[in-house]
Amino acid sequence: MTGDHDHTDPPSDEALRVKALESLLVDKGLINPDAVDAIIEQFETQIGPHNGAKVVARAWVDSAYRARLIDDAWPALQELDVGGVEASEVVVLENTEDVHNLVVCTLFSCYPWALLGLPPSWYKSPAYRSRAVKDPRALLAEFGLKIPTEREVRVWDSNADIRYLVLPERPAGTEDLSENDLAALVTRDAMVGIGLVSPSGD
Amino acid sequence: MDGIHDMGGMDGFGAVEREAEEPVFHAEWERRAVGMVMSMFAQRLFHLDEYRQKIERMAPIAYPGPYYARWIHAASELLLEKGLLSRAEFESGAAAGKAEDVDLIAAATVPDLLRARISGRETDDVPARFKPSDAVRARNIHPQYHTRTPRYVRGKTGLVERDYGVFTLPDSYAKNTGKTPQHVYSVRVTARELWGPDASERDSLYIDMWDDYLEPA
Repeated sequence: MTGDHDHTDPPSDEALRVKALESLLVDKGLINPDAVDAIIEQFETQIGPHNGAKVVARAWVDSAYRARLIDDAWPALQELDVGGVEASEVVVLENTEDVHNLVVCTLFSCYPWALLGLPPSWYKSPAYRSRAVKDPRALLAEFGLKIPTEREVRVWDSNADIRYLVLPERPAGTEDLSENDLAALVTRDAMVGIGLVSPSGD
Repeated sequence: MDGIHDMGGMDGFGAVEREAEEPVFHAEWERRAVGMVMSMFAQRLFHLDEYRQKIERMAPIAYPGPYYARWIHAASELLLEKGLLSRAEFESGAAAGKAEDVDLIAAATVPDLLRARISGRETDDVPARFKPSDAVRARNIHPQYHTRTPRYVRGKTGLVERDYGVFTLPDSYAKNTGKTPQHVYSVRVTARELWGPDASERDSLYIDMWDDYLEPA
């Protein structure tokens, strides 16, 4: 989104430092600038929550797929040609009327990149990392999600190699939608567990 | 180490602020930082556990700065430590010759690299010390180096939910003293065990624990 930037601002310390380092690494033969560009392009155009949404929508319309996905995610992800970087050991957590799942990484920012893209700022923030494990209900309420007391909240701290993807509940009133239309409703927030999927896509 | 990075359960950070329609990157330097650091990971100039360790050793007051500045900090420290850059090169920005034995990745291979299945899973046939439904306690350890057992679970008791198989132990691999392959389990700890009687009776935390982090309870 560099086009939004006001070019009269002086470059930040980080901008200057990274520019100098990149130039040094290229001169030293430690990086290939074309590969750097290719990686950025992947994160800006190919790797994002639309990949996870595809998986969720398929699980909603195909119960055999959902069972395979929950049993052993990697082969099921391959069926849809997704998974990979930071999403090689995926465990899918199914939300039900009795259980709500919430994912956090208290130690840094572990997140299923290949399915959801790079993590958003709030996921990496000290506020989220500190509070999600200690008082998830209050945190979810701030996000507008009031979990009834009789519904269990399970918080998953991604501190190892496993990356967690929440399979949200399919909203009522979506029985007539196609798999593609369903995928368009599924948000990143719902796949981390801080939101629900709305039948109107809000 | 008991560092600033280990934030689970801390108070005082306020509300979680969310940006509507957040872009993938907020500045050009963030884009370049991700591309550079990911390139160097792909070229195996360093690995994730030693990289995390560098981030965790940042001064607590410096840590809360921009997220991708932590990436740049850790990568720079590792390049210096491994002699891939000299201090003089790093400070002047001028390369004294080319690095040897570095296989640069080609742009055309990037999509496949990012689709590849890569993790710390190991094929070693290591016996599991625990099995599902076993009662376990997170050992009360405070290593000075890297560990993935957060403070808030140490000394707490839970039940093994699932055995995920055998993985590299980050504690030893971060020091490059060996992969120490061992089982990792999903362990369920009740919210009340962690946070006391005011916590919800119904809720639980699931955390992934290596064999070395656990003892029978």
